[in-house]
Amino acid sequence: MSAMTLHDLLEHSARRRPDHVAVEDPERSVKISYHDLDRLAERVKERLIQAGVRPGDRVGLYGHKSIGTVVSLFGILKAGAAYVPVDPDAPPTRNAFIFQNCAVRAILVETALAGNLRAAFNEQPLSAPTPLHFLTAYGVELELLQTAAAEETNVTEPAEHLAYILYTSGSTGKPKGVIHTHSSALSFVDWCSATFEPTEEDRFSSHAPFHFDLSILDLYVPLKHGATLVLIGEELGKQPLRLAPVIAEERISVWYSTPSILRLLVEYGKMETFDYSALRMVHFAGEVFPVKQLRALKACWPHPRYFNLYGPTETNVCTYYELPSEIPEDRTVPFPIGQTCENDRTKVMDEHDRAVPPGEEGELYVSGGSVMQGYWNLPERTAAAFYRDASDTRWYRTGDIVREGDQGNYLFLGRRDRMVKRRGYRVELGEIEVALYRHPAVTEAAVIALPDEESGVQIKAFLNWTDSTRPSLIRLKQFCVDNLPLYMIPDRFAFLPSLPKTSTDKIDYQELKELD
Amino acid sequence: MTTNQSERAAIKDFIMREFLPGEDPAELEADTPLITGGILDSISTVKLVAFLEDRFGVRFQAHEMNVDYLNTISKIVHTIESKQG
Repeated sequence: MSAMTLHDLLEHSARRRPDHVAVEDPERSVKISYHDLDRLAERVKERLIQAGVRPGDRVGLYGHKSIGTVVSLFGILKAGAAYVPVDPDAPPTRNAFIFQNCAVRAILVETALAGNLRAAFNEQPLSAPTPLHFLTAYGVELELLQTAAAEETNVTEPAEHLAYILYTSGSTGKPKGVIHTHSSALSFVDWCSATFEPTEEDRFSSHAPFHFDLSILDLYVPLKHGATLVLIGEELGKQPLRLAPVIAEERISVWYSTPSILRLLVEYGKMETFDYSALRMVHFAGEVFPVKQLRALKACWPHPRYFNLYGPTETNVCTYYELPSEIPEDRTVPFPIGQTCENDRTKVMDEHDRAVPPGEEGELYVSGGSVMQGYWNLPERTAAAFYRDASDTRWYRTGDIVREGDQGNYLFLGRRDRMVKRRGYRVELGEIEVALYRHPAVTEAAVIALPDEESGVQIKAFLNWTDSTRPSLIRLKQFCVDNLPLYMIPDRFAFLPSLPKTSTDKIDYQELKELD
Repeated sequence: MTTNQSERAAIKDFIMREFLPGEDPAELEADTPLITGGILDSISTVKLVAFLEDRFGVRFQAHEMNVDYLNTISKIVHTIESKQG
């Protein structure tokens, strides 16, 4: 079988294994078979078409993880549209911006969140969405809203064959939409099949939220193989004490998440009391896994195979590394990001787009099946993100500095720019600064990231504060909650009468780091 | 000082020291939102619970590690007291 679209994967499995459980939601104690998932997604598709959704349109998805949101997502794909999932816990104004930015035709929103979304739309230049239908699926109520954004926005982006758009932190202060087509997603899914050889008996975790690129493996690889997907809700996914028994009781066989939650599980999950014999594979991605904590994890879970998967949202996974069964006791440097996935090509280049000699450091460029189409409606950003070689092949510039080490395994050395990873999420320090500048008392804001033993990275904001009274950290944090996703809120704040400048009158980040 | 007051003071001290260094203690009130106010993230919440278990000799159930039980100092005190019976 060769699938042309992501929903073909579901349809094939629904024909082959209609009664097998496709998705389970342990928190609500509900599950859905392949047949029912496919049938309900058809119903969502019909509702969307009635609401005016046409192939090539975008449809927003705004809800916590549930069987209802999985059904919605496949209904959107079946309608020929691309889904645009947003963080249900991010400020509604940020989500309203995203939906307007990519001119969604409709939005499927959890009823409990719909009021805030409509209010947030009122702050934007476009018309508020109109409610059309309620859908209730497996304990979750969703509302279908129709928007006028598609008519009111000038869309220049070719929208054929789009599967989804994931918004990531943007250095200019506005999130930017990474566009993937069915073909780029399937290239990655098929690579996972060949590399990990999933079986019908596998039970995959779905830990990452759907707006996060790790969810692509979670959603489509098990459904392609007729396996079962076990949903881990956003709240449960952050609570090690509750999560540790769920992984055991649900007999999860393939786990995938950022290192952050695995570190919390080891430290606070009391994992020694549970039976993890079903677990056969552990994948992690999104940030560096410190060796000390990785060793502690392997002591709890000695038997599975471990893979470090690497790739920005723009490329899906593009390199991978399987950990040795034993971690040498004297090892302290993190493991490599590994070798290029078989469906992609990579090279290491200097700042003038020239290949560096093997073993020297440079920026990692990626080309191939799994690479994005571009950034939504940002032709200049898209052009700048790619390098075209003499044969007109597009290479995505990852911004990650690497070096080729032993056996062709790449070692990750750092970033070219001001992006950091926090709990696996991309955080552009510039986006935090833009949000802080919105505060009336802030005249200058500079944000830096510092290495932190416990959490990996600590974000510190330096502010030039105009009020004579000392600012309250608590009120400042509340201001951040209203303006930024939680994972972007600075850990610490410092107040300076003026920020240090370089000779060209730019903020001197180096000096700020030394001040710390 | 009643038990309740000393509990409050100990919890407040811990939060000030660990998560709000440099803040004016008067700003942290009994009903200041901690989780929804961006003061406690998932990592700091588990740290706080580890401290509470240690300091007050109570055990938190997995389902209690959330906004309903931990979002303000008042709620935390209430949760601890109901455990101490």
